[in-house]
Amino acid sequence: MGKGYPTIAFYPDRCDGCNQCVEACAEFHSGTRNPIHSRIKISQDEEVGAFFLTLCHQCGDPRCVSSCPAGALKKDTDTGVISWDESKCVSCQLCTLACPYGGITYNPITCKVMKCDFCDGDPACVKACPRGALELKTGADIYNEWGDLEDLFVPGISACLGCSSELLIRHTLRRIGPNVVVATPPGCIAGVGAVGFNGVTATKTPVFHPLLTNTAAMLAGARRYYNRIGRDVTMLAFSGDGGTADVGFQSLSGAAERGEQMVFICVDNEGYMNTGVQRSSTTPYGAWTSTTPVGTVLRGKGRDAKPMPLIMVMHNCEYVATACMAFMEDYYAKLEKALDAAKRGMAYIHVFSPCPTGWRFPPSKVIEASRKAVETNMVPLWEYEKKIGHIRFTHTVENPLPVKAYLSLIGKYRHLDDEQIIYVQAKTVERVKILNKFAQE
Amino acid sequence: MSQSTYLIVGSSHAGLSALAAIRIQDTEGSLTLVTQEDTLPYSPTILPYVISGQVDPAQIFLRHGDDLDCAGVTFKKGSKVVSVDPAHHSVSMDSGETLTYEKMLLATGAEPALPPIPGLKKASCHVLRTLADAVHLQSAARKAKSAVILGAGLIGMHAAENLAKAGLQTTIVEALPQVLPGYFDEQAASLIHRAFTEHGIKILTGSTVTHVTASKGTCTVSLESGPELSGNLLLVATGVKPRIDYLAGAGMEVGGGIAVDDMMRTSSRDIWAAGDVAEARSFFGGKKRVHATLPDAVEQGRIAGMDMVGDSALNPFIGGIPRNAYHFFGHRAFSVGLIGITQPVGSIEVDQVFLPSSFQYQKMVFQDDRLVAVSGVNTMLDPGIMYELVRHRVDLSKVKGRFAAAPLQMGRILMSKIWG
Repeated sequence: MGKGYPTIAFYPDRCDGCNQCVEACAEFHSGTRNPIHSRIKISQDEEVGAFFLTLCHQCGDPRCVSSCPAGALKKDTDTGVISWDESKCVSCQLCTLACPYGGITYNPITCKVMKCDFCDGDPACVKACPRGALELKTGADIYNEWGDLEDLFVPGISACLGCSSELLIRHTLRRIGPNVVVATPPGCIAGVGAVGFNGVTATKTPVFHPLLTNTAAMLAGARRYYNRIGRDVTMLAFSGDGGTADVGFQSLSGAAERGEQMVFICVDNEGYMNTGVQRSSTTPYGAWTSTTPVGTVLRGKGRDAKPMPLIMVMHNCEYVATACMAFMEDYYAKLEKALDAAKRGMAYIHVFSPCPTGWRFPPSKVIEASRKAVETNMVPLWEYEKKIGHIRFTHTVENPLPVKAYLSLIGKYRHLDDEQIIYVQAKTVERVKILNKFAQE
Repeated sequence: MSQSTYLIVGSSHAGLSALAAIRIQDTEGSLTLVTQEDTLPYSPTILPYVISGQVDPAQIFLRHGDDLDCAGVTFKKGSKVVSVDPAHHSVSMDSGETLTYEKMLLATGAEPALPPIPGLKKASCHVLRTLADAVHLQSAARKAKSAVILGAGLIGMHAAENLAKAGLQTTIVEALPQVLPGYFDEQAASLIHRAFTEHGIKILTGSTVTHVTASKGTCTVSLESGPELSGNLLLVATGVKPRIDYLAGAGMEVGGGIAVDDMMRTSSRDIWAAGDVAEARSFFGGKKRVHATLPDAVEQGRIAGMDMVGDSALNPFIGGIPRNAYHFFGHRAFSVGLIGITQPVGSIEVDQVFLPSSFQYQKMVFQDDRLVAVSGVNTMLDPGIMYELVRHRVDLSKVKGRFAAAPLQMGRILMSKIWG
């Protein structure tokens, strides 16, 4: 795996603002505990009580380095740390103007700038934190950690070029491991070979192919059997939107209501993409499909998509989240929570999965489309935990891009006229408004 | 004839930033970097510190031979472009050599613009734009006891401080009523002025020079208001102009600098321009202009490089926002945005704290609940975060009271929430 640089991770939930990190940093660098010498800063938003970290990001393409006229700042390619050479610095302050993160600041006592140097690899702030709110991690740790796990999905599967569901399946199975029963109802996931060809499965785990209608019911039965014989086995569904929101809905709704223990992952490509690109209840307004054609009268789908994740929140699920493969770390964190929640009941993850074949766009643009969908707020990333009781945005988009930035990437929206785009924009704003209401404490 | 895929003319911030952006995507394509300087790449911003001896001229280089070799760069120093032929994708060098390119970046920067003052040309005055200028000025300063500087811009002020630190009796003459006009507002300028005066530097603002005479190691400067000033050394720092003389006959659209679009493309195919030579969009609207700040040169160079190499992650230039940071006699000042606004008008609000006794100043200007200018002297703010708040046009309507009361904390919180 690739080389990773160390980074200081901050867990705001664990921080109580004790400032021991700040004092430890000051002490390491100046010999006094005067916070003015600290490179790490904690700010509190007094209105909500939350804490925020200000610290050098040790950027890969650092603005401070490229804006230094003296050559005093340098990215060390061995350690990843951006070093500051006092003997070369002329205190021109341009680095403080270039850094968007407040990562390099002026010290009015020394009259020099200062920045985090990782204390020679063993940061004093991390050691000083009594609550584990700061952790020294290696940037690629999470990837290396997952990469070291066994890949339980065979190579050479027949997914369409560019489809991100392969990424989803491989990463999910690596994390869960072989102690699992996977259900893949009819749909793309089964179609790409998950249930195998000629009597050989594509997973190195038990996998079965339920009907489109009964995925959740069959997993519920299997889990109850394992519970009876005293084995803790994870029940996992990779289902399309048809097997979730349309044909598979009644058994899923029933299983959620009964609190059946499973992780149900809906891979939402917004229609029946492997059977001829027909519309489903999650196909968005305006989208072309073979059953919502574009002609002189019809202009793509005339109805809005079913808000499936919110419907699942209303089912008393233990955990509900939205995700997409452009934000892997966000997905990793959600899968962890889902696995924990599935010990108590239903965990549902709705994964946005752009389909280059059915949506008519280049396979190379799948991740970009996913990212743009999030950045336009068309696919907000959020999670709901029953024990918290309200939803929480996991990737806040403060200044969303206009929906056109996403729509223009995708062939199935090519025909949209200005009026339709205005409608999609208004709907997007309205849906975020509704989500915001569910996000209130 | 030497041919390259990428030709970069000029080796300061814009050129180096483009080079780095190109090499992220294309590690193989032939790349030639030319500079008219006889040295490795350096930044003109460092030069005032060479004069005082604070910085060793041998230590100022931003890239070394090894760095350039590693990046697969053919580096030609002491090579001046004398003409450009866009139709044939070629440039002629002063050596007579012809270089051809597939894509070219012009990052030739600026050169001093001497004002039309009678006698100035004969007076063998100093300018400060190249390392050769700085070394020349430094050796002259060693022999001199006094200096007169024309122009209280950043170069003049930096040079004055450094000449004073080198022991010279120093006087600055500025035609406008304040120091650092265009960089800082009146209040900030008054504090800066005071610091200079307290360190023995004489500043004459609102003073026009009528003529200059020179004889035996002394320059005499006559002012319109009557008095004469003399010094062993005369530095002219009244402004710079883009270095574009080599473009005569190239048929390229040139205004105050080389006109570029938001991808830094010039009007000629396969030619980009960035940095102090380019005339680009302004963030706050109005005409294109030469932005001439170091951070903008870095940004424009990166955009040009990304576009030259076809990097799909490229975001177009959002327009230059004035931004400056300045450190003088242990004090620090910075300014971001529309620094000229001092009075609230219409939807504009001005929040100002001016404490001359404790040598502190802070001003924030809001328009429609968005920050459009921040400046300060000795304030604890993160200038980079303030710049981003302006650039992102962050809606502060819900937090304005708290922001005005504690801009450092609130700025950091907003940074964490929005782009941190």
